[in-house]
Amino acid sequence: MKTEILDSVEKKSLKTEIPKFEVGDTVDVHCKITEGDKTRIQIFTGTVIARKGRGMGESFIVRRIVGDEGVERVFPLHSPNVVSVKTVRGGRTRRAKLYYLRQRSGKSVKLSEEKRTEQKAS
Amino acid sequence: MMLLGKKVGMTQIYDDAGKIVPVTVIQAGPCTITQVKTEQTDGYTAIQMGFDDVKKSRQNKPQIGHAKKANDIPKRFIREFRLKGQSADYKQGDKITVEVLAEAKRVDIVGTSKGKGFQGVMKRHGFGGMPASHGTERKHRSPGSIASHATNRGHCGHPKKGKRMAGHMGDVRITSKNHKLVSIDVEKNLLVVKGSVPGAAGGYVIVKQSKGSK
Repeated sequence: MKTEILDSVEKKSLKTEIPKFEVGDTVDVHCKITEGDKTRIQIFTGTVIARKGRGMGESFIVRRIVGDEGVERVFPLHSPNVVSVKTVRGGRTRRAKLYYLRQRSGKSVKLSEEKRTEQKAS
Repeated sequence: MMLLGKKVGMTQIYDDAGKIVPVTVIQAGPCTITQVKTEQTDGYTAIQMGFDDVKKSRQNKPQIGHAKKANDIPKRFIREFRLKGQSADYKQGDKITVEVLAEAKRVDIVGTSKGKGFQGVMKRHGFGGMPASHGTERKHRSPGSIASHATNRGHCGHPKKGKRMAGHMGDVRITSKNHKLVSIDVEKNLLVVKGSVPGAAGGYVIVKQSKGSK
């Protein structure tokens, strides 16, 4: 009963439509950025290397290489500032957390295989 | 106004600005007014309210008799709320719900903190302890000197009264003030309050409207 009550409180903050993406996918994360009184949308593109948590606390990590440096950002999945997540390219993975990508550099190691994402229709 | 309730637990929600707010959910009321105390009968005016039913097998006859006057089941958590003026507005058997706090912006919450057992002086009072090295042996977490006859003339070398020492920590009544009231759910009798609230989930709490104008 305890969790039911807490869930009902959380529910108002949860997104009704959760963006569809998987670990390994290359995604465009559109996030709202407020500077002073202006808001704009910034797009962060990278590979989803982990998705963790549940309910309100669910978040995902996007990693990209800028210059020679790896950059990771953690996005709360249900944050209103994460406007949308669009899959650019599917990636084939054999594990849920791709932390091993952190040890790798160069194009050959970083890229995972392409995956067909058309199965959604079925 | 006062309300009795039970701490359900903590969670997070997003506010209008898209920021995460840590909140505690309290199931408050409906409280039954089990007794109305008046100047004539009791010497002071107050209302006594009860919350959370006692299980059938645990009820005893005095409890049943007392609750019967308010046409209700015996309550587990009973507290009194002093009234300044007359108690004419309240009748025995009336129910108080979260609606009484509808206009409140901030609330004070009284609860019983989690018991920590017998704790040393560092955890209990935040003492600094003794050095880790430089010859310190077996007393790294000790309070140090607690008295000397030179510092404390008139006490004959005894420690001063109220000297902070190791002992039982927690499990005391704590008032946590000025919590922002985030939302009220009248249907489910829920209060959502910003921040943490004393006590474990499932513990009883008293919710009062804060006195400050904030």
